[in-house]
Amino acid sequence: MISFFKNFFKRFFAKKKDIKFGLYGPPNGGKTTLANKICEDWLGEKDAMGSASAMAHETREIKIKEQVIIKGSNNRELTFNLVDTPGIATKIDYEEFVQEGMAEDEAKNRAKEATKGVISAIKWLDDMDAVIVVLDSTKDPYSQVNITIVGNLEARKIPVLVVANKVDMKKSDIKKIQAAFPQYKVQGISAKTGKNMDKFYDALFEVTK
Amino acid sequence: MSLTLQFIPYSRIEDLTSYQRIDLLLDLVKNDQILVLEGRLRSEEEAELIQQTMASIDKKFTGIELSVVYPEKKNVDFFRRLHQQLVNIILGDRRGLTIIGPANIVKEIKQDPEKIQLFTKEKRKR
Repeated sequence: MISFFKNFFKRFFAKKKDIKFGLYGPPNGGKTTLANKICEDWLGEKDAMGSASAMAHETREIKIKEQVIIKGSNNRELTFNLVDTPGIATKIDYEEFVQEGMAEDEAKNRAKEATKGVISAIKWLDDMDAVIVVLDSTKDPYSQVNITIVGNLEARKIPVLVVANKVDMKKSDIKKIQAAFPQYKVQGISAKTGKNMDKFYDALFEVTK
Repeated sequence: MSLTLQFIPYSRIEDLTSYQRIDLLLDLVKNDQILVLEGRLRSEEEAELIQQTMASIDKKFTGIELSVVYPEKKNVDFFRRLHQQLVNIILGDRRGLTIIGPANIVKEIKQDPEKIQLFTKEKRKR
């Protein structure tokens, strides 16, 4: 009986330690680039979460990297499982992939996998302990997909960090993202060049407080 | 090309379950209707609508364009916020407007954030 309780508490607290950090957002926001950057910075692994692409829906299934440990100021440590999710969209047309040069069969298959990816990304929302919403700061943030993602996180009371990615680009406008989501901290970064990644890691500690 | 806009009063979906609401809206959109719904769906229903849309995508139906105009402002003073909360209690999800259109007809819906611009495209034969 004592061992039962011991195991129960051990499992309970072990689970609590395994924070799941989800990367969510529309396609092509830079979720996989950011996931790869985190893995490179703290695990020394390159392209650990797969390849990123200019073509939308490159990530079509959930990818998890377990036991990522990051260190902050004052010797703080944060251990989490990083979950990279497919971009959430309301429409997927295989003909757009064909127009970008993909063969028709391959495009149809990509579209089919992408629809399944969106469904599983939404289903996984319930399993997240905290979410990083990754937005392309060169694009209009007032899209319904962004609003729906944030609305669902609010409804589930999941802590959120909004990341304005691609600040290295000329058209980047963080203020527009801050105006769209004034209730959240918005951290501008470039996952590609590594700009502001130190501030991003500090923000991760804040969001899990 | 002619466009059909269908207005749906909130009373038509008020007593439906979430699944019934989504079925109704998706059936109409799949029949090339652009819907102007009085009020809004709950966040969870919007997510479910996206999931059901993804499950319905085929050669003919490529998805939806969705946009919600909601009159609530976020950076307002205490009394304005209190007023908004009281209106929300009385009207609930009846506030605002939701536009849903088939992606093969509606190219883009732009929110700015208090006005909506709907851009259409020529429907492709499939």
